Amino acid sequence: MQQRSNIRFMSRQEVLGYIMLAVILLAIIPLSLDVFRLNLIGKYLTYAFVALGLVLCWGYGGILSLGQGVFFGLGGYCMAMFLKLEASDPESTKIQSTPGIPDFMDWNQITELPWWWEPFRQLPFALSAIVLLPTLFAFIIGVAMFKRRVGGVYFAIITQAIAAIMTILIIGQQGYTGGVNGITDLRTLLGWDIRSDSAKVILYYVCSAALFICLLLSQFIRYKKLGRILVAMRDREDRVRFSGYDVANFKIFVFCLSAMFSAIGGAMFTLQVGFMSPSFVGIVPSIEMVIYCAVGGRLSLLGAVYGTLLVNWAKTIFSETFPELWLFAMGALFIAVVMAFPNGLASLFKRYIEPKLPAWYSGKTMVSKAPIIEKDSSMETAHANALGSEENIGSSKSLAKPETAVTVAPRTDEKLEGGVYVD
Amino acid sequence: MCIFNYESGSRDNSPVFKRRSFIKTLIAFPLGLILASSPLSWANPPTSEVNTTGLAVTDDTVTVGILHSVTGTMAISETGSVQAEKLAIDQINAMGGVLGRKIEYIQEDGASDWPTFAEKSKKLLVNDKVASVFGCWTSASRKAVLPVFEQYNGMLYYPTFYEGLEQSPNVIYTGQEATQQIIAGIDWVVKEKGAKTFYLLGSDYIWPRTSNKIARKHIEKLGLKVVGEEYYPLGHTQFNSVINKIKLKKPDVIYAIVVGGSNVAFYKQLKAAGIDLTKEKPLLLTISVTEDEILGIGGENIEGAYAAMKYFQSLDNPNNQAFVQAFKDKWGKDIVIGDVTQAAYLGPWLWKAAVEKAGSFDIDKIRAASPGIELTTAPEGYVRIHENHHLWSKTRVGLAQKDGQYKVVYESEELIEPNPFPVGYQ
Amino acid sequence: MFEEYSMAELTDILFMQGFAGLILFSVLVLMALGLAIIFGQMGVINMAHGEFMILGAYTTYLTSHIFETYLPALFDGYFFVAMALAFLVCFALGVLVEWGMIRFLFKRPLDTLLATWGLSLILQQSYRTVFGAREVGVTLPEWMMGSYSMTETIEVPINGIFVMVLTLFIASGVYFLMFRSLWGKQVRAVVQNRPMAGAVGIDTGKVDRYTFGIGCGIAGIAGSAFTMIGSTGPTSGQLYIVDTFLVVVFGGAQSLIGTIASAFTISQSQSTLEFFLSGSMAKVITLLIVVGILMLRPQGLFALKIRQ
Repeated sequence: MQQRSNIRFMSRQEVLGYIMLAVILLAIIPLSLDVFRLNLIGKYLTYAFVALGLVLCWGYGGILSLGQGVFFGLGGYCMAMFLKLEASDPESTKIQSTPGIPDFMDWNQITELPWWWEPFRQLPFALSAIVLLPTLFAFIIGVAMFKRRVGGVYFAIITQAIAAIMTILIIGQQGYTGGVNGITDLRTLLGWDIRSDSAKVILYYVCSAALFICLLLSQFIRYKKLGRILVAMRDREDRVRFSGYDVANFKIFVFCLSAMFSAIGGAMFTLQVGFMSPSFVGIVPSIEMVIYCAVGGRLSLLGAVYGTLLVNWAKTIFSETFPELWLFAMGALFIAVVMAFPNGLASLFKRYIEPKLPAWYSGKTMVSKAPIIEKDSSMETAHANALGSEENIGSSKSLAKPETAVTVAPRTDEKLEGGVYVD
Repeated sequence: MCIFNYESGSRDNSPVFKRRSFIKTLIAFPLGLILASSPLSWANPPTSEVNTTGLAVTDDTVTVGILHSVTGTMAISETGSVQAEKLAIDQINAMGGVLGRKIEYIQEDGASDWPTFAEKSKKLLVNDKVASVFGCWTSASRKAVLPVFEQYNGMLYYPTFYEGLEQSPNVIYTGQEATQQIIAGIDWVVKEKGAKTFYLLGSDYIWPRTSNKIARKHIEKLGLKVVGEEYYPLGHTQFNSVINKIKLKKPDVIYAIVVGGSNVAFYKQLKAAGIDLTKEKPLLLTISVTEDEILGIGGENIEGAYAAMKYFQSLDNPNNQAFVQAFKDKWGKDIVIGDVTQAAYLGPWLWKAAVEKAGSFDIDKIRAASPGIELTTAPEGYVRIHENHHLWSKTRVGLAQKDGQYKVVYESEELIEPNPFPVGYQ
Repeated sequence: MFEEYSMAELTDILFMQGFAGLILFSVLVLMALGLAIIFGQMGVINMAHGEFMILGAYTTYLTSHIFETYLPALFDGYFFVAMALAFLVCFALGVLVEWGMIRFLFKRPLDTLLATWGLSLILQQSYRTVFGAREVGVTLPEWMMGSYSMTETIEVPINGIFVMVLTLFIASGVYFLMFRSLWGKQVRAVVQNRPMAGAVGIDTGKVDRYTFGIGCGIAGIAGSAFTMIGSTGPTSGQLYIVDTFLVVVFGGAQSLIGTIASAFTISQSQSTLEFFLSGSMAKVITLLIVVGILMLRPQGLFALKIRQ
């Protein structure tokens, strides 16, 4: 029973980490930046949703998707469709040959709203579509791939191809999607002007709050048995399978969840930036989003947020000062993250900053743990708790499985198999 | 943030430049005399009068923005526009600036990414309070920044020929809209070359699709026939199938609006497949290949094609000769100048004319002053701003030469009226 | 849609279309061979493959300039020199990259993907800095341009034939290298069982390095050849990357025959579809078919059975 202490919902550091992030996002940033910069940060935060999803599915589940932009785009387009319909009331579109339909449809000789646009007049439908449509799409992809045990590199390349297909489709069907220009000029949400300064501030807070909800949800999943099965699966998939778990279902679940997060990010993006275009659906943005996650630390939920903010902030600064150097810096960052610190900022923090922090930070519970934990406690908690422990504790009525078989491989194997490298 | 001094881009070390400086000095000399002999308040109206909306205007400088892609896929196309705008700003400064104020510019990189364009335009307007912005290239980037300009009341000078269907109070379109470019070209090819059948081809996005739509309507109005219409994804590099279809349909005219890297592949493969553009049939008419694109395609691969647009580097008039010379002096002798580059060059001049006519930098006053503004010094000849913020301009047809230049074979007699919402063509 | 044409025309078109498919096939094989070697034999996902191709193209561009300026008499033959140089330059850079980067990422295929993506960004910006953002036009010798007309409608593009011959040449070269040479034996041994290969005295590090170098070198040759049919600019390489990966994965990663078979399937279906549908839809449908088949048969068309 003493292991119970390891599987608390959050460790003390994590609680402090969340508080810290909350202070930064909800107080320091809004107070110190003007609305323009605040809106920029808000835009970056929408990418953090994607990065968070990637932490779950790549860092914990071992599934690297290079097509997260597809889900980001789907979410964003669902939101944009609603906003566009609201912006295209007959009054403001009266110069068109068919008033009342979005301007780009009019330019493409479409004379009535396509049937599948119609439901997006309702906000509740649009909101549920934002969450459900990408999740459903991810579910279909997931079932098709994971049930057939497609994984790793193959999955990455196939998702990349899906991103390419989506881009070509959206651009090609411009009468229905706005084509390469995207859906632009979105003004109001239920009559509320989303372009005003006050709206930008409010949307920023909404976005931050949504991000926190997603963070806590991820934290919850990581803390539950599910999270530990994911880690076990990533490290020794066959062993988990041999112990009777249906590995595919867990993968499908986590992939769907990450798609859902991305879609929420996409919808928030549309609200804050005021348009959506196919340039977020393609391969390049999808890979860029992976790097946000990798910079923050692919195992760290909080790291995903910091990584996204840092890379985008650097991108803005660099491209304002030395536009020509930006790609060099970005390229170097990719290489450095992969080669020098594969666990990203989070591992640097654990290694260099955390030991220097006062004792109250690490708290008493940490004293009993070995120094390795300091290197990467998120890894460690997930690891130490994987499967067996929880079953010991009591919920073993239906899931009575031989505990030895599901024991996670020893640490030393980590470097070889997992795609995760402690330090 | 990078505020370049207006001189920072110059190449002072080249002897040619010195000659130009000398000419500049000559031009500036009488101006300088006037400035020196008159009270300062006359030459430089007080800032409080000319700038009532808090723009970045001081007693002797005014700051404008340049917003193009320096990185990413569009950098290929947008480089020329940046160079043209900087040249125009330099020349205006050498002549004493605008309302006695030197133009300084802040250059931002749109990075070929539309949200970045929106973000940077907002920065230019909100943080830097620039007096006007010269920039954007693709329609997508313009659509992305448009709400920003309308919200914060900025003024954008947009250089590219584009599909039309837009008319914003906050944009001056210095390139041609689709009907200006298309109708004159088709009329010419029908009248002069007796073309009866057309094969429409384009990259798959809004400009080629809208343009081909206008072209198709016009062709059908003339009672002629479109025998095929085809679109390929941006960046597509294999055109053998469509070339076979063209061979099968034997059209009189291949009407091609292929853009970007696909262009190069298309023309090389066309030539390799034995379609000789120098022969009368099929002839190829394009509206998307300027001298800039020919650099990548190679003159020998596109020799004999016709292009319909408003400007060619080879235009024979004194304005253009001076412009080409100044451009080469500043940016190197091997450089070529395409239609959009010239249109970008017009931006700062049109803005200057509007400011001087309005006697103010205020956006609203510039907007009110803009319609009717004429530019007699434009390299393309005379242009005038229409009430719909587009330019009256002539359309020319050029014949591509082996050396990568166009030979002008036709020029519309009258200025063609811009018509961004062409009735009967939608 | 055929009623308006005569039988003779249809036969001609069938022939031409078949030939167009063959050219596309050769192009895909040429693009994919280098990647197939690297991905199939080493498990490394080289996202900078397209940039290596463009390096080959720029090498060709520079060579053409040198010949134009200093050796105009030999200009007709410069292309062969250019291809050899493209191979050498890309091979050298490939070896360097393997030595400096890839060997540390051993067994981390997803990480090689990210690192090489970073490399591709750096290469792109280097090209832009060195050669400018605009595309460059590569002048080709006169004999490589134009076409050979067999009948009135059937015209065979010379550069198409050139690409086909080149592909045949490179593919057989790779075949002999992989399956008929000592070095190939070593490579295959390393693929099948790395520790054992090391134990019998194969220098696995060296094998990896040259495998990667040769893969990149072939990409360089492909890039050099593509100056005939495509564009040469800093970002042109990205145009090829998705197609290339799909060809390799579709064929079954570790099988060179598979790569060729999949290139054949993709090229034929694409060029047939392109003839009946519009270009965009043909592309989407081809990709969908490939993704669909991959979902049903994730190991690709030809899977090599080896012990994992």
